[in-house]
Amino acid sequence: MAERSESEEVKLLGMWASPFSRRIEIALTLKGVSYEFSEEDITNKSSLLLQLNPVYKMIPVLVHNGKPISESLVILEYIDETWRDNPILPQDPYEKAMARFWAKFVDEQIYVTAMKVVGKIGEERDAVVEATRDLLMFLEKELVGKDFFGGRSLGFVDIVATLVAFWLMRTEEIVGVKVVPVDKFPEIHRWVKNLLGNDVIKKCIPPEDEHLQYIRARMEKLNVKSA
Amino acid sequence: MASSDVKLIGAWASPFVMRPRIALNLKSVPYEFLQETFGSKSELLLKSNPVHKKIPVLLHADKPVCESNIIVEYIDDTWSSSGPSILPSDPYDRAMARFWAAYIDEKWFVALRSFLKAGGEEEKKAVIAQLEEGNAFLEKAFIDCSKGKPFFNGDNIGYLDIALGCFLAWLRVTELAVSHKILDEAKTPSLSKWAENFCNDPAVKPVMPETAKLAEFAKKIFS
Repeated sequence: MAERSESEEVKLLGMWASPFSRRIEIALTLKGVSYEFSEEDITNKSSLLLQLNPVYKMIPVLVHNGKPISESLVILEYIDETWRDNPILPQDPYEKAMARFWAKFVDEQIYVTAMKVVGKIGEERDAVVEATRDLLMFLEKELVGKDFFGGRSLGFVDIVATLVAFWLMRTEEIVGVKVVPVDKFPEIHRWVKNLLGNDVIKKCIPPEDEHLQYIRARMEKLNVKSA
Repeated sequence: MASSDVKLIGAWASPFVMRPRIALNLKSVPYEFLQETFGSKSELLLKSNPVHKKIPVLLHADKPVCESNIIVEYIDDTWSSSGPSILPSDPYDRAMARFWAAYIDEKWFVALRSFLKAGGEEEKKAVIAQLEEGNAFLEKAFIDCSKGKPFFNGDNIGYLDIALGCFLAWLRVTELAVSHKILDEAKTPSLSKWAENFCNDPAVKPVMPETAKLAEFAKKIFS
C-alpha cells in the first residue's frame, strides 16, 4: 500500500442499525482503513449531514480529505478504487458487471419488496412474502457451488447482501413470518454461516440483541404489530 | 472483432437502449442491433435477462450483460484501449458520475415520466416543482463536473453525459405534449448549452430518435 500523508482523513456519517451504513464499515475494515465514525440521529439530522448530502439528506456519507460521497453502492466502488488492498470487486469486466448487477438487484428489488412485508397482514402479506421469495431464489441459485457470492472469499455482492443475512433474516423473528426458510433456501443459509465465520463481518454487523430491540421499538412507534 | 460477436437487444425509442449504443459508437465497436417488437418479448430476451426481462441486453460472445449503466461501464472496461475513456479516471470524479447517474434514474427520470401521466393541475404543478429542483441540482453538477469544458466528462462525452443525454428526445416530446419548457435556458443555461452539444455529438446523432417520430410513437403507446 502506498504511503498516505498524515492529513488523509476518512470520516463516515452513519447509523449503527442501518444496513447501508454497516456495509461501508465492512468495506473500510476489510481494507484496513482507519476512519472516524459519526453516529447520526436519523430522526434529528445534523446540519453537517444536510450540508454534505443535500440531495438525499441520508446516511451513509463518506468524507475523504474533505470531499463527501453519498449512496452506499457509489461509496463502495470509491473505496475499492482508492484503497487497492483486498479488492472487493472482481477484475474481470464480465464478473464485475455481474457483481454490479446483483448488488443493484439486492437494493432495488429485494430490499424494496421485502420492506413491504412489515405492516401487512393476511393475504396481502402472503403475496409480498411470495414475491420476496421469488426474488431470493435468484440469489439462491447464484450461490450454488460457491462459499460466497464473490467465490472463495467475500466480495461486493456479499457485502451488499448482508442486508438479507442480518436484516431481512433477523427480522423474521419479530415480523412473525419465516420469509427465508432453510428448506427452500439451503444455499442462502449456508452462506450466512460462512459470513458469520468471517472476523470482519462479525465485527461490523450490529450486535443481535440490541438490533432486535431497536427493530421492535421502531415497529411499535410505527404502530405495527410485532410477534 | 466480428460484429456477430457483439449483439444488443433493444428498441429504437428506448432511452436506456441508447446508452450502450452511444458507448459502442464511442469505442467504434460494430454490433448487431436486435430490435424487440413493442408489446412482446422475444425468447432471446427472456432467456438473456430472466431476472428483469427488460432491454437493453448486451450479448458479448453470447454472454449477457444487463442494466444500461452497467452495460456502459462494461463497454468501457472491455474496450479500454479503444476510443476515449467513458468514465473519468479519478476515483472521486467517477463517484460523482455514478452518483448523478443514479440520481437521474431514481429521481429525475421518474419525475419526467410521471409528467406525461400527470392528471390534474395540482399533480402537474408538483411534478414541475420536482423537475425544477432536479434541473437545478444537475446544473450545479454540470458546472462542478465539467470544470469549464463542454461535457460532464470534459472534452468528450462520457458516462454521465450519456446517462442524462439519452432522455433529451423524450424530454422534447414531453415539453410539446404538456406545453411547458422543462429545460429552460433562462434557468439552466449551462445544461441547455450542454444538451445542444450532446445532441450534435457524432456518437449520439445516429441513435437519437427524431422528435416527430418519437411523438407519434408516444401517442400510440400512451393512448
